[in-house]
Amino acid sequence: MKKAIITVVGKDTVGIIAKVCTYLAQENINILDISQTIVDGYFNMMMIVDVNSAAKPVGEIITELETVGKNIGVVIRLQMEEIFTKMHRI
Amino acid sequence: MINIFEVNETNKMIEQEKLDVRTITIGISLLDCCDSDLNRVNENIYNKITTIAKDLVKTGQEIEHEYGIPIVNKRISVTPISLVGASCCKTSDDFVTIAQTLDRCAKTVGVNFIGGYSALCSKGMTTAEELLIRSIPKALATTDRVCSSINVGSTKTGLDMDAIRLMGEMVVATAEATKENDSLGCAKLVVFCNAPDDNPFMAGAFHGVTEGDAIINVGVSGPGVVKSALERCRGENFEVLCETIKKTAFKITRVGQLVAQEASKRLGIPFGIIDLSLAPTPAVGDSVAEILEEIGLESVGAPGTTAALAMLNDQVKKGGVMASSYVGGLSGAFIPVSEDHGMIDAVAGGRLNIEKLEAMTCVCSVGLDMIAIPGDTPATTIAGIIADEAAIGMVNQKTTAVRVIPVIGKGVGDTVEFGGLLGYAPVMPVNTNSCEAFVSRKGRIPAPIHSFKN
Repeated sequence: MKKAIITVVGKDTVGIIAKVCTYLAQENINILDISQTIVDGYFNMMMIVDVNSAAKPVGEIITELETVGKNIGVVIRLQMEEIFTKMHRI
Repeated sequence: MINIFEVNETNKMIEQEKLDVRTITIGISLLDCCDSDLNRVNENIYNKITTIAKDLVKTGQEIEHEYGIPIVNKRISVTPISLVGASCCKTSDDFVTIAQTLDRCAKTVGVNFIGGYSALCSKGMTTAEELLIRSIPKALATTDRVCSSINVGSTKTGLDMDAIRLMGEMVVATAEATKENDSLGCAKLVVFCNAPDDNPFMAGAFHGVTEGDAIINVGVSGPGVVKSALERCRGENFEVLCETIKKTAFKITRVGQLVAQEASKRLGIPFGIIDLSLAPTPAVGDSVAEILEEIGLESVGAPGTTAALAMLNDQVKKGGVMASSYVGGLSGAFIPVSEDHGMIDAVAGGRLNIEKLEAMTCVCSVGLDMIAIPGDTPATTIAGIIADEAAIGMVNQKTTAVRVIPVIGKGVGDTVEFGGLLGYAPVMPVNTNSCEAFVSRKGRIPAPIHSFKN
């Protein structure tokens, strides 16, 4: 398993999760966990995904997810999980 | 499992508090490039560097992209050129050709600086070392990306006053040779005492002879993150303050460790060390001076500055060593003037002078760094400044350095613009009393008594 963290931040609107999930399904990326909150009307979501059997290299997926985000007016990032686990876990 | 708050904390550090990895530096040994024929040496150097480091920039960018952490610089350090060129360089101009080869390598592989145009003469200069030192003004004036460093003393050997006197002259000559660009050459020239073999930061990086064939060293950064963390503990006692700095330093260093391991794996080059330095940039919110002010000083330079800096430096190390098994290089808070807008403001406002900066270098890395001084400062005075810093390093068993820029044609009250990460600086006054008779004495200052530990 090769875990990555997707964060989606932006103004709440209809269909954000749907569009992100559609893209992930299309690229064969499995979702392991989703958590979501709304702070001051801002949509704040985090997904843990497995990019091990993804259809494309991680670098390309990161760029394409950014584009998906731009189309729906939110910021989407995908980062490999280690940057968070290294920082927050001993 | 990682939760949303932890993820947001990390991303806030990157986006708002300017957390970054300052540099991935590949150290490359050039000892096997030695030959008695200068052309062959240049060819060997070019081939070795452009082979080993060919994927450095691309790999750095991939790591940056995949982890979402900026890696500001990708750089190269090499074996001190005074050793590599010793058997083929008969004149200073011969050494200059090697500097030009290094510059060509840097441009081919796309790194912004290459360090190691260096000589280690802490006890005495060989003929080759003296030739290299005398070639520095021309080497730095005819190249763009080459950095030079000279080690003039150590705790074990004492101070080579002949090298110090010569370096005073070379700093002035370099300033003169690059006067069209505000004496920028001096920003790429640093004079050390107790220089470390594995420093990833420029201008002082070189690949020591104690190192292997190639190695990856990483310099982390993050003054902005420390400052933000400290904003949340205003009025708290020292224990809380120290805990906060340690925890923050741990987090910053872990990111550096991750990047170092990834780079090492992808490039197939062993990992060397993480350098735990808080390295500022001229950007607002990325300043060591601001941290000191957040700790409780009205301005950096106020009484208490040295104590606050000593505490900061120590806590950064204590948090950092827990995060990485191999820590080295300079590892301390940097206090360059031109690269830290809080320092620049304090100098411009007359609240910080060279004497206070010198005191600060007793408790942190690295020394009098990126300080613009009047262009008519005599070479002997600069040698005196170097000798003072080197003495601090020698007696306190720490690295110290001098990177001063006598800006030709400018005086106190003028400002110098170096551009980019090198920033800008007001020209600072220097004590005008002469030390010529002192630095003109030949020979060396002996090693201090406490260096005899055997």
